[in-house]
Amino acid sequence: MRTGRVVTALAAAAMLSLSGCSSSDDDDADSGSTGGASESSGGAQGTVRIGIKFDQPGLGFKDGDEYTGFDVDVARYVANELGYGEDQIEFVQSPSAQRENLLETGQVDMIFATYSITDKRKEVVSFGGPYFVAGQDLLVAADDDSIKGPEDLEGKNLCSVTGSTSAQRIKDEYATGTNLLEQPGYAECVTALTAGSVDAVTTDDIILAGLAAVPANKGKVKVVGNPFSEENYGVGLPKDSDKCEAINTAIKKMIEDGTWDELLADNVGASGYKANTDLNPPKPAACS
Amino acid sequence: MDDGYLQQYVSLFEEFDVIGAFWVNIQLTVYAGILGLVLGTVLATMRISPVPSLRWAGSAYVTVFRNTPLTIIMVFCVLGLWGQLGWTLSPDFTTNFFRFAVVALTVYHAAFFCEALRSGVNTVPIGQAEAARAIGLSFLPAARLVILPQAFRGSVAPLGNVLIALIKNSTVAAAAGVAEAAGLMKTMIEFRPDVILAIFLTFAFGFVVLVVPVGMATTALSRRLAVVR
Repeated sequence: MRTGRVVTALAAAAMLSLSGCSSSDDDDADSGSTGGASESSGGAQGTVRIGIKFDQPGLGFKDGDEYTGFDVDVARYVANELGYGEDQIEFVQSPSAQRENLLETGQVDMIFATYSITDKRKEVVSFGGPYFVAGQDLLVAADDDSIKGPEDLEGKNLCSVTGSTSAQRIKDEYATGTNLLEQPGYAECVTALTAGSVDAVTTDDIILAGLAAVPANKGKVKVVGNPFSEENYGVGLPKDSDKCEAINTAIKKMIEDGTWDELLADNVGASGYKANTDLNPPKPAACS
Repeated sequence: MDDGYLQQYVSLFEEFDVIGAFWVNIQLTVYAGILGLVLGTVLATMRISPVPSLRWAGSAYVTVFRNTPLTIIMVFCVLGLWGQLGWTLSPDFTTNFFRFAVVALTVYHAAFFCEALRSGVNTVPIGQAEAARAIGLSFLPAARLVILPQAFRGSVAPLGNVLIALIKNSTVAAAAGVAEAAGLMKTMIEFRPDVILAIFLTFAFGFVVLVVPVGMATTALSRRLAVVR
């Protein structure tokens, strides 16, 4: 008697959740321009959720209800090539530590968020691209000519973000004699730099260029321009995604028709930053 | 989730010093706990004193620091006091930030220690204070000899709650650049996304291990020490 009741309750719960799903599917179809076809058929139906950074000026930045930056513009271009219009893109904040989780749990469909392609990450997510090759570099005060590269940091105070690859590399390879301050975000690091309490900020050159291009920092800081690592920014995708080929085609097209150069100049050009031309623009790698 | 997963998980502990990171949290908690309790006791004494200006100063402190987010105090210490004003608490670069973190945790939690202690003061019957006065003790000796000893015994449980909050809040020291558990967890997630869930559970479990004994100890102590009336 008792088990019977439990089974009935479970069945009822299952029915409820099923009906919940189907009704939300209906909503999705309604929001599409034509309706009828389901989202799984791909193409221009429904919306695409794209993970970006909200706090990196020049790359992924939320300014009121506007999204700006190189990553955002590349995401828009690629989404457009995949058949999603501007109004079908939903931007989702994806902080560094949550990117794998957001992809694995299906909360985002793709990620454009200074996401370096690494072997460890490839074990849990797939990558399209790369669409940009960055390198770790240094941001220093505009009038500081004493720091030309990481080897000049002896006895200097250096700032980076807690848990970032850049901070770890400094610790592993250059830390002897360098004072490393780890802060929660790059903005805090730049504040400490403009106040003069740290001598340099380190992370990928394009991120530094974005920070240097912010009106409040303009003229106060500069990117050294001597990258000492290679970070391939890829498009993060769920492991079983079938979009990789299409994304690579879109990236190739973007580079060939000159949009890539344009977007880069528009977003971070104001700092005087030039991308490393030996490695850029990159050739998208083969999809696995 | 096969054998390979377990091996990858074990390799984490060779790559990263997890115990060392938790040890920093314990140190932060111990220093800030002692200093916070001392400051909190002073504040509580001010708040129950017969001098209006001291009472006012005590409650102003509690109101300000209890209502300010800890992260803001932490960031103010580092970017404000050190970054802009150039204050240092130690010539050593990393010790400097550790001490700033202890200061931030202390000033924040002192407000909570004060209020926990004041709840203990309220368990002491007014007759005790009147009796203390009747035998000729002025305010400070009365507080030190009669009121506060009973107040401490009556407020073991709320003081324990503040200590538990302090243990967990010590992770905010990451905002001050102190290499502790929360910062290490971020680093580990950045480099080892293949075992992301296991990393998270490890740190969650680490805090359970730290917090549960404190909770059990304060519950036991509060029973044993409570003044039977």
